[in-house]
Amino acid sequence: MNEPILRMVDVTRTHGDGETQVHALRGVSLDVHPGELVAVMGPSGSGKSTLLNLAGGLDKATSGSVFIEGDEIGSLNANQLASMRRRRVGFVFQDFNLIPSLTASENVSLPLELDGVSVREGRRAAHLVLELVGVLELADRYPDKMSGGQQQRVAIARALVGDRRLVMADEPTGALDSQTGEGVLRVLRERCDAGAAGLLVTHEARHAAWADRVVFLRDGVVVDTTGSPAAAEDLLVGSGH
Amino acid sequence: MSVKLGLLALLAESSMYGAQLRVEFEARTGGTWPLNVGQVYTTLARLERDGMVAQDPQADEDGRILYHLTPLGLEEVTSWWTTPVDRDETPRDELVIKLALAVTTPGVDVPAVVQTQRTATLRHLRDLTRLKMQASDQQASVSGTSNDLAWLLVLENLIFAGESEIRWLDHVEARLGVEAARPRRAAAPDPSAGATETSFDTIIKGAQQ
Repeated sequence: MNEPILRMVDVTRTHGDGETQVHALRGVSLDVHPGELVAVMGPSGSGKSTLLNLAGGLDKATSGSVFIEGDEIGSLNANQLASMRRRRVGFVFQDFNLIPSLTASENVSLPLELDGVSVREGRRAAHLVLELVGVLELADRYPDKMSGGQQQRVAIARALVGDRRLVMADEPTGALDSQTGEGVLRVLRERCDAGAAGLLVTHEARHAAWADRVVFLRDGVVVDTTGSPAAAEDLLVGSGH
Repeated sequence: MSVKLGLLALLAESSMYGAQLRVEFEARTGGTWPLNVGQVYTTLARLERDGMVAQDPQADEDGRILYHLTPLGLEEVTSWWTTPVDRDETPRDELVIKLALAVTTPGVDVPAVVQTQRTATLRHLRDLTRLKMQASDQQASVSGTSNDLAWLLVLENLIFAGESEIRWLDHVEARLGVEAARPRRAAAPDPSAGATETSFDTIIKGAQQ
């Protein structure tokens, strides 16, 4: 198998100290390879969001290491870390986080433009990825003129623009109805099938079922994993269809 | 699942022979409830005995015996479409029985039982979701048929059932956590109670009332 895009090795995150010390994550190891979508499930307070924040470089581990495409993010300074996040990691949030005064295309190209890419190049890249997620026709539309599902597709496009191959999604279908939410998961699934690596935090089993593997967290520890799926042919044989 | 009513529903469309009924039944339900041809002929024999189907007077050109619905059979299948499926008879679900026994049997690691099941059910849910992706692509394609729609609906039903099972397991786990935090006495057997009154059927039926 290819080298993992995301590798977490024995990662621990502790908040506070002394009697008020809280272990949000304890010795978690996890690899996510190209083409793989991994879901993280667990009860409230189990460490799901902490894991996502550490994996995406939004937070620093107390101990252990996080590697993104081979680079250990704990060794990067603030500027390098910000640059790494802009270039290699995309985030999709429950509430989309699109900038209301920018069109879909401008929202998507913003991370590239912040990174010094020309406006023309940025828009070209934005159009490419908007087409990939099936909403190119929305390129010049503002977020308030889009449905929730459309906004989330634009947010996924923003998470993938450029050559970013690691996508982090935190309850990305939270506010969407079931049919629209499924459409968003399908887009995420297809982008992973096309070579991206995805990490999806969810409390819904139906959504986690779109992943290749599900990792269960409890009290900051990985307590179980589903393992990788069988080949599609085996599924068909198993179903008798 | 009533094979009898399934076969009657198919025969309401046209006369069919046994092997054809098996193929049609499986095609409509995505092969989720496979039938063997012996089961089909046994059911046809019972339906014939009960006056709901009859054999065509002549075999087809390949010598196969076709069956058709009688007016009584048609009445039976029409009544099936218009009455709800009976949910009062709770099926004996092995998982429910297993968990109920686990919480009352000393030495069983119940959280581990719950987690093992949750992982297995999630794995099953993932496989079903993959099949559903393929099925919905097929159904949406130009070659999609009503059989593809039927298969998609069957898959979605299985997905809802799997999801419901996981939600129940989450609930069991949360309740176990609450129970573990409060001291309580173990349930003592009630010598005045007969065996039937402590059976799971009684417990489940009682919970439904």
